[in-house]
Amino acid sequence: MNLTLVVSVSPLRPTFRLDLSWPILLLFSAALCLLILLPLSWLVYYSLHDRAGGFTLANFEQLVTDPIFLDPLLTTVILATSSAVICCVVAAPMGWLVARTDMPLRGTVRALVTASFVTPPFLGAVAWELLAAPNSGLLNKAFRAATGAEPDDYLFNIYSLPGLIFVISCYTFPYVFVLVANALDRIPGDLEDASSILGGGAWTTALRVTIPLALPAVLAGALVAFLQAMTLFGSPAILALPAGFHTMTTKIWSLFQYPPKLELAAAASLPLLVLTVALLRAESFILGRRGYSVVGGRQGDPRRVPLGRWKWVAVAAAFVVLLNPVFLPYGALLNAAFSRVPSEFVTLDNVTLHNIEFVFFELSATGIAFKNTLILCTSAATIGTVMAVVIAYMTSRKAIAWHKALGFLATAPVAVPGIVLGVGLFLTYTRPPFVLYGTLWILLIAFVTIALPAAYQQLQSAFRVVNPDLEEASRILGATRLGTLGRITAPLLRTSVIATWCFIFVGVIRELSAAIMLFTSETKVISVLIFDLNESGDLGAIAVIGILMLVFTFAVVVLINRIPGFGGVRLRNT
Amino acid sequence: MRDVRLSRRTILKASGAAAASVFAAPLRAAAPEPTMVTPALIEAARKEGKVVYYTPIDLPVSERIGKAFEAKYPGVSVRVERTGAERIFQRVGQEFASNIRAVDVVNSSDAAHFIVWKRDGLLAPFVPEDLAKHYPAEQKDPDGMYAAFRVGLCVMGYNNRLVKAQDAPKSFADVLDAKWAGKIVKGHPGFSGTIMTATYEMSRDIGWDYFEKLAKQRVMHVQSASDPPKKLALGERAIMFDGNEYVLFQVRDSGGAVEPIYPTEGTPLVLSPNAIFKTAPNPNAARLFQSFCFSAECQQLMVDFGGMRSLHAEVKDRAGRRPLSDIKTLKEDAAAVEKLGEEIRARYTKIFRV
Repeated sequence: MNLTLVVSVSPLRPTFRLDLSWPILLLFSAALCLLILLPLSWLVYYSLHDRAGGFTLANFEQLVTDPIFLDPLLTTVILATSSAVICCVVAAPMGWLVARTDMPLRGTVRALVTASFVTPPFLGAVAWELLAAPNSGLLNKAFRAATGAEPDDYLFNIYSLPGLIFVISCYTFPYVFVLVANALDRIPGDLEDASSILGGGAWTTALRVTIPLALPAVLAGALVAFLQAMTLFGSPAILALPAGFHTMTTKIWSLFQYPPKLELAAAASLPLLVLTVALLRAESFILGRRGYSVVGGRQGDPRRVPLGRWKWVAVAAAFVVLLNPVFLPYGALLNAAFSRVPSEFVTLDNVTLHNIEFVFFELSATGIAFKNTLILCTSAATIGTVMAVVIAYMTSRKAIAWHKALGFLATAPVAVPGIVLGVGLFLTYTRPPFVLYGTLWILLIAFVTIALPAAYQQLQSAFRVVNPDLEEASRILGATRLGTLGRITAPLLRTSVIATWCFIFVGVIRELSAAIMLFTSETKVISVLIFDLNESGDLGAIAVIGILMLVFTFAVVVLINRIPGFGGVRLRNT
Repeated sequence: MRDVRLSRRTILKASGAAAASVFAAPLRAAAPEPTMVTPALIEAARKEGKVVYYTPIDLPVSERIGKAFEAKYPGVSVRVERTGAERIFQRVGQEFASNIRAVDVVNSSDAAHFIVWKRDGLLAPFVPEDLAKHYPAEQKDPDGMYAAFRVGLCVMGYNNRLVKAQDAPKSFADVLDAKWAGKIVKGHPGFSGTIMTATYEMSRDIGWDYFEKLAKQRVMHVQSASDPPKKLALGERAIMFDGNEYVLFQVRDSGGAVEPIYPTEGTPLVLSPNAIFKTAPNPNAARLFQSFCFSAECQQLMVDFGGMRSLHAEVKDRAGRRPLSDIKTLKEDAAAVEKLGEEIRARYTKIFRV
């Protein structure tokens, strides 16, 4: 559908109606530029200047020669690669089991993976401290009690690089799982039927049809996991210091200790940016030629591979995996919330309500942090979803000339670690004309910007599924672009839109890295509160706030999905 | 004439005769007269309704101080913002640079911060009655901008379930014994003002090469000086290299198996002043709160509940606690910390890699 046709059709309409589509679309494009280009420009500017404001390459020189930067860079690469591999090895088979086999409790497994996605990585890290600190960890204590091992012996040491890799994988594998499971969901049964008709057995079909079709999703999952692990701040912020090393994100954060070295921080963030862009390019190069046009209007249900007796083994394996991100950490948090000593099992002797009392009646930041978080979650989710819908519409329907650039802009923040974006926003919005630091607005901008790439990608792929014929029919009949979007396309995408809203909502609750740069005492959010409590080692209070936060998140996600008319949404689409 | 720099500028602009008369007097303004808590002040504070307190004092203690204040002056609530002193310093700088005026009263365990804030003209002079009457002169800023609110010791410690008293290290030197490798927890000077101050004192009196040796002991780092006593109580590490004495006492009071060690070389002494910012959004509540902080009532609470030590002449140390006068301490020098801060941080990071 092109513009000339629209113009030639419009005059034929009996009533005159003003088409606001163009101004509004342009406004969105401008907002996006402002949102993303401004902070990134400041980052580049800072990285190329010294403290006095003169042009210099010294920041980069220090970056590539000074071991205090090279070590974290190496650590980060090892960390991200290992996490990506672990995530794929664990999540891809799980995704297949859930999407394409007759394993029992498939819905439960999906829901539990969602639960691990909802769990903020920093909270998971604190919980794993309680579980697997070498001496005081509950698991290590149980191990020593069971085997009679020496007091210094331990089974797990969470304060180590493998420990950090493990915790990061726990809260990154849902990304891979969701990508793989969704891809497998969408592969129609027809192709597999064809394989069976031609004589392929169940396993042959799986190996030669299903798995190759899912491979791009696995690859994309590996990439997402790599990027997540590389740019994550929450878990390293809790575990890297006791373990005695820095990752790039914690190093960048430490550069803001007094006196802040903004130039170096900006320079240190650019390798992450370059690496991300390179990987995204590599992905599109590898996948570029292969169009997997598996989604049409008419598709058969996916066929499930019968597992036979193995199905109970499979479900057991899935639950063993889910012990790590969900059951064990939640258990540890519950235990710590009610135990006088967080690292001791609750008994009648040490059970206490002190932590709860402390959080609700003594800690003066609790109320304001919950209030701010609620405001930011809902507004960021709403604004972010609207933006993502409009931008995805513009790019997938090629609605404006610069749609490719727009798509790139909306995806660009994915390449910027939250903490670096936080810095960019800080530099941008502490000076005129936009003085927003100290208000909730700056946090809102940060959260929307961070959420946008994933929200956009998700809705863009949803748009691809909707055949443009329907929209073109609407346009030919005289509706404006926005009218069509609102009345035809958006309702068709309802499931994805709601899923995107939930996705951003959860994402904002999880967010720590940008918030830590941008908060003030009046604009504190829960993630920052937990981070501050961790600084002074108040694990019992963290457990109470963490559990509250999880309950709150689950309640909202479940409620949203129960609203009449919204029904049947599953978070699996995130 | 509150602002020292302003007064200098005024002098330059003034006529010669006027300048001569100002030069005849000491260049700095004298400390303001002590202020009593009057019903008018309480009423004014109540109108403002709240006071925002940035402090590194461990939350159970700082929130308890806040609650005690709220109980005494109903209608004025205390917002405690607790984080490490070095992070407070960074945040205050960040907020002032962006014209955000959120903080009323500040406490920091790195006394060097007050030298900077005073120099930058950010503090308001205020001398509560108790401060004028009951505190030693050498712990007060002569211009009345700040004064030591609490005296801290950065002690060593051990978990008495994991280590017998006779086996526990007695000195910094003892900690270098190979048997403690991998068993030590310590705070980080990038977050904690107490650790920053202690690191300076130790580097001056014991030397940086000591830290080089300590780094070989596979030390576990945490952020705040309040965390090592808690890690000790969890049993996560057997020895605490540095941490707040008061938090250790608190942990011990609530049943934690921890004991302090006052190293034979001397225990780092840490003075933590309180001050009011000139731009305090709640100036009267700030004054009322500052008066309360230095009162015998609050100081006694800090000693009894908080395990702290007080400079207030009328406040009694808790029975059974080793008196400050019996403890050999390393001398504090805020001016030197102010000058060397950046170098200390850089050197520390180089040695410990974190």
